[in-house]
Amino acid sequence: MTLPLIVAKSLRQHLLSTVVTAASIALAGGLLMAVWVVKTQSNDAFTKQNAGFDAVLGARSAKLQLVLNAIFHLEASPGNLPWADYEDIAKNSAVALALPIAVGDNYHGYRLVGTTTNLFAVEHAPGRKYRLAEGESFLPGYMEAVLGSFAAQQLKLKVGDKFHPYHGLTFDEKQKHEELYVVTGILEPSNTPADRVIWIPLEGVQHMKGHDAKTSTEISAVLVKLKNPIAGRGLELMYNKQGNRLTFAWPIAQVVAELFGKIAWFDKVLELVAWLVAAVATGSVLASIYNSMNERRRDIAILRALGARAHTIFLAVVLECAAIAVLGMVAAFAVYLGITGVAAHIIRTETGVVLNAFAWHPILAWAPAAMIGLSALAGVIPALKAYRTNVAENLVPVS
Amino acid sequence: MPLLEISNLKKSYAAPDGGTHVVVDVPDFKLEAQAQVALSGESGSGKTTFLNLIAGILAPDTGSIKLNGQELAGLRESARDRVRATTIGYIFQTFNLLQGYTALENVLLGMSFGPGADREFAKTLLKRVGLEAKLNHLPRQLSTGQQQRVAVARALANRPKLVLADEPTGNLDHANAGESLKLIREACRENGAALLLVSHDREVLGQFESVQKLGKLNRAAAQPLS
Repeated sequence: MTLPLIVAKSLRQHLLSTVVTAASIALAGGLLMAVWVVKTQSNDAFTKQNAGFDAVLGARSAKLQLVLNAIFHLEASPGNLPWADYEDIAKNSAVALALPIAVGDNYHGYRLVGTTTNLFAVEHAPGRKYRLAEGESFLPGYMEAVLGSFAAQQLKLKVGDKFHPYHGLTFDEKQKHEELYVVTGILEPSNTPADRVIWIPLEGVQHMKGHDAKTSTEISAVLVKLKNPIAGRGLELMYNKQGNRLTFAWPIAQVVAELFGKIAWFDKVLELVAWLVAAVATGSVLASIYNSMNERRRDIAILRALGARAHTIFLAVVLECAAIAVLGMVAAFAVYLGITGVAAHIIRTETGVVLNAFAWHPILAWAPAAMIGLSALAGVIPALKAYRTNVAENLVPVS
Repeated sequence: MPLLEISNLKKSYAAPDGGTHVVVDVPDFKLEAQAQVALSGESGSGKTTFLNLIAGILAPDTGSIKLNGQELAGLRESARDRVRATTIGYIFQTFNLLQGYTALENVLLGMSFGPGADREFAKTLLKRVGLEAKLNHLPRQLSTGQQQRVAVARALANRPKLVLADEPTGNLDHANAGESLKLIREACRENGAALLLVSHDREVLGQFESVQKLGKLNRAAAQPLS
């Protein structure tokens, strides 16, 4: 009990520096864990996110733009394709399900996506289809809308409410359409980008007043579910190599992974900053304890006079540094949850991809271990000073 | 066999002029178990260094210190720490209580590095010195006399065979000094510990049956530290 008592007393005697140093450890540790978790979770979430589809067929463009537009409902549509292209791929023997979509309108920044009721046949996760939490599906040919859960929550729309769509993919109040849509249903949360979408019948987008009449039989893309994902190879050859009018983006995960590959340097910079902050915080433990060694010399000498071995004093100082780090890392989890919570909210609002701040990640174990270990290591320097304290000289009070 | 047996003990320090300054040069000194001896010594007579050598806080340059049959002079620092923790109690002129610790915790620390913490014994000691109502008081919440009593209890906490007291009444007023000295002597007697007390106060020295002059004992005392 002696060592813990000595450490606890010392922490209490130097309360202000203990709190300040632990706070710096908390900020650094929280930032380190948050950067790592947000980075890996968003990487995983985006690359594993396909909303239940294997591929996207669209106008000739970069695959990434096509996927971002059709799956994540980000970016502009690269162009339209004729309805016949949908019919062709829908009857291909390798295709299990093809879902045409048309985009071009929004309601307060939330996209209206025209599609068919086949949406409800899509398994967005194993064993889970898009299902209505309340109300019913839109009827083809009617000005009816089914809202994703997040869109409904943010727009505060409920079944029976009516709204006017706005032209374009970004909100501009001058671009209001005359049509009046009624909300007929709200989807259960799917934790996919579909949660941020206002789903309406395909014809709704195609025939919206103000849209080019020539595009009234065109669609923006076709979302494709394959019977066997390997079959995508043949379709990719057919559309991408043998033709030059359409792009077949397959497999979706690989397309998104290429995006993360391009911004990997940014991840590295973030990691480096987080590690630097952690190193500075650890250094602050060293500085804080080292600078207080002069005022501790008499206490150390008294403990030695009572029979405490020099290595006991050494250990007490190292343990004190580790204890500051332990206190800091306990608080770091609050910092971590705060940063991750804000990041997750922003990512969900902007992309519909859901991060879980409470999900387990190994960094949540080894960041505290590393911070505590590094702090204990930093404590070796003041501990050596304590170890070498001249007992006889320091038993005399400093006047 | 004496409890403490010292022969040809020498300790010197480096002097500012580059030479060495001999502070302790004691050819012979003995202290029987449970005896109470006072050493009279003026400032600069090497009394604190002498006590620190006996306590194992300092290592001698040459000579022998046998305590309870064990030779201290050749021991490593950690072994001397162990002897101090188990065999010696030390009362300082300035009490040297740890300011962040309560009276009870100070006494507990006095035994923690030796026989181990014994809360009941620590309370008994504090009760013996009249501080049963002040167990959880910090030193700054105690009077000077009360702090000295905590120091006495702490010196006896490890059930020592020898208590060293360096000017233990030097910081106390006349009334408290007499009372404190009486307490130290009684407490040592009750706990079976020998007492070696150093003082330059004639009233204190007058209380002892056995008084030795450090000036005679320590041949180096003739050349006081500047």
